[in-house]
Amino acid sequence: MNNEIKNIKKLIIDQPLELDCGKIIKDFPLAYETYGKLNKDRSNAILAFHALTGDQFAANINPITKREGWWTHAVGDGKAIDTSKYFVICANVLGGCMGTFGPKEINPKTNKIFATTFPVITIKDIVKAQKFLIDHLGINKLLAVVGGSMGGMQVLQFTSLYPDMAYSAIPIACCASHSAQNIALNELGRQAIMADPNWNKGSSIPEKGLAVARMAAHITYLSKKGLQEKFGRKLQDKGSLKFSFEADFQIESYLRYQGAAFVDRFDANSYLYITRAMDYFDLEKQFNGNLSLAFKNIRTKFCVISFSSDWLYPTSENKEIVIALNACGANVGFVEINSDKGHDSFLLNVPKFLQTLSEFLNSTYNEVKNEKRI
Amino acid sequence: MKKEFEVISQIIKNNKRVLDIGCGDGTLMEFLKANQQNDVRGLEPKKNLVQKCIAKGLSVIEGDAEKELIQFPEKSFDYVVLSQTLQAFLNPEEVLNQLLRIGKQTIVSIPNFGHWKIRLHLLFKGTMPITKNIPYDWYNTPNLHMCTIQDFVNFCKNKNIKIDKSMCLTNEKISEITNKNMRYKNIFSQLGIFLIQ
Repeated sequence: MNNEIKNIKKLIIDQPLELDCGKIIKDFPLAYETYGKLNKDRSNAILAFHALTGDQFAANINPITKREGWWTHAVGDGKAIDTSKYFVICANVLGGCMGTFGPKEINPKTNKIFATTFPVITIKDIVKAQKFLIDHLGINKLLAVVGGSMGGMQVLQFTSLYPDMAYSAIPIACCASHSAQNIALNELGRQAIMADPNWNKGSSIPEKGLAVARMAAHITYLSKKGLQEKFGRKLQDKGSLKFSFEADFQIESYLRYQGAAFVDRFDANSYLYITRAMDYFDLEKQFNGNLSLAFKNIRTKFCVISFSSDWLYPTSENKEIVIALNACGANVGFVEINSDKGHDSFLLNVPKFLQTLSEFLNSTYNEVKNEKRI
Repeated sequence: MKKEFEVISQIIKNNKRVLDIGCGDGTLMEFLKANQQNDVRGLEPKKNLVQKCIAKGLSVIEGDAEKELIQFPEKSFDYVVLSQTLQAFLNPEEVLNQLLRIGKQTIVSIPNFGHWKIRLHLLFKGTMPITKNIPYDWYNTPNLHMCTIQDFVNFCKNKNIKIDKSMCLTNEKISEITNKNMRYKNIFSQLGIFLIQ
């Protein structure tokens, strides 16, 4: 796997980046992937931000994991984010484990992996690193920035930091500051990792801990109704209860599988660092308690999308973003999509969502084209 | 486009900031944006209509005016438009106060419950009036607080709301409402359109 990681697209960022924690990083890799073609006037670029466990491989088959990209329902030829029309950019976040500078990189000073000596990073750091990539690609203004969950947080941070860099922005199923409940759930995951005897401060692989973290998190991505409909009390390959602690129920088996599969593709230390970045995200606090100031004088056109059954980033939290944008007179639309699929809805085949995404992008694309013509 | 929307867009003119409350599928917004270069926003409670608006590139927020208007800053729009919806709110007075707060001017249109057909319907049939413009039964009507043109004018007077313009539609014909013709318009017009502040 490591050899293959060396072959993926990487930009070495040679300019210093001062992190929120005060440390300065330089000459670090940012792994990325692009889909589609950049048009002549460089006006069709869309920057997609991935969520906690995503990576740069949004569409097609991920060459490292050999699985489908995390956003294949939305990104591809003829899909909502149509790669025959748009140039889609996606970068692995700082702290990630798919080639970008993260805790599994070797520290040249010690010749060992950084593990927990890696600096704590924030959503702001993550976004700043990606700005280097956009500059490198020679794009002055993106057609759209888009992302769900932690990807949505990056959308908000990006537009706030660079108000002139995007014609439109689509924050999906996210929030402007991480709630106590979400911090609690992330802490549960981190403690599961750290409680694994194989963790050793990040120097070895805590498989069990990471799997448990993933299992717990996975539940939060679904809805009660969705779980009930899909699994109910169905038993796994057996006719009756076995009076043991084996996975009697399908839901148990499903979660165990999710946990085990996750360990193969994700780094436990990255999980610690990225969940931390999410917890530290508080755009409101960056502007002294007034979220509206984050978007002052912004001309970007926003389309905020939430899902009815998402209890991790519920509609009410998404609406806070809408309210803040409204309060400063920004251009904002909002819709809550009906779906039983919980927070994961943004990754799945939810036709009304994909349609809204497609149509919003299309109308923005046409507006930008007309504007350029004038 | 509906005659009513023609009247409203003529009042608004060009290059204004407009908020359309209960914008539906965005017909009026689209016209205001494309033909008069207005900067328009909408608020609409029905998801499928919000999605239609977003598809047209209109910035519309899904939400209920009785809960959502509070988030808009004072005088943040040149015009706030409320087309034939005032009667459907639980608390129309509060909604109207919010509209007056948000908009420098507010355009409100109301289906006129004083129209002669409605009066005759109640008088002769003795049942709740159903007309082309108000096609609901008493048990399924969204219209909770019907009023007449005269009622609305009285209300504005009582609440010290300044009426800058009062128009009406009588069989698709536009005319002005004056003190003199008020009684007549209140019998023959289907719709009242008011510019208030």
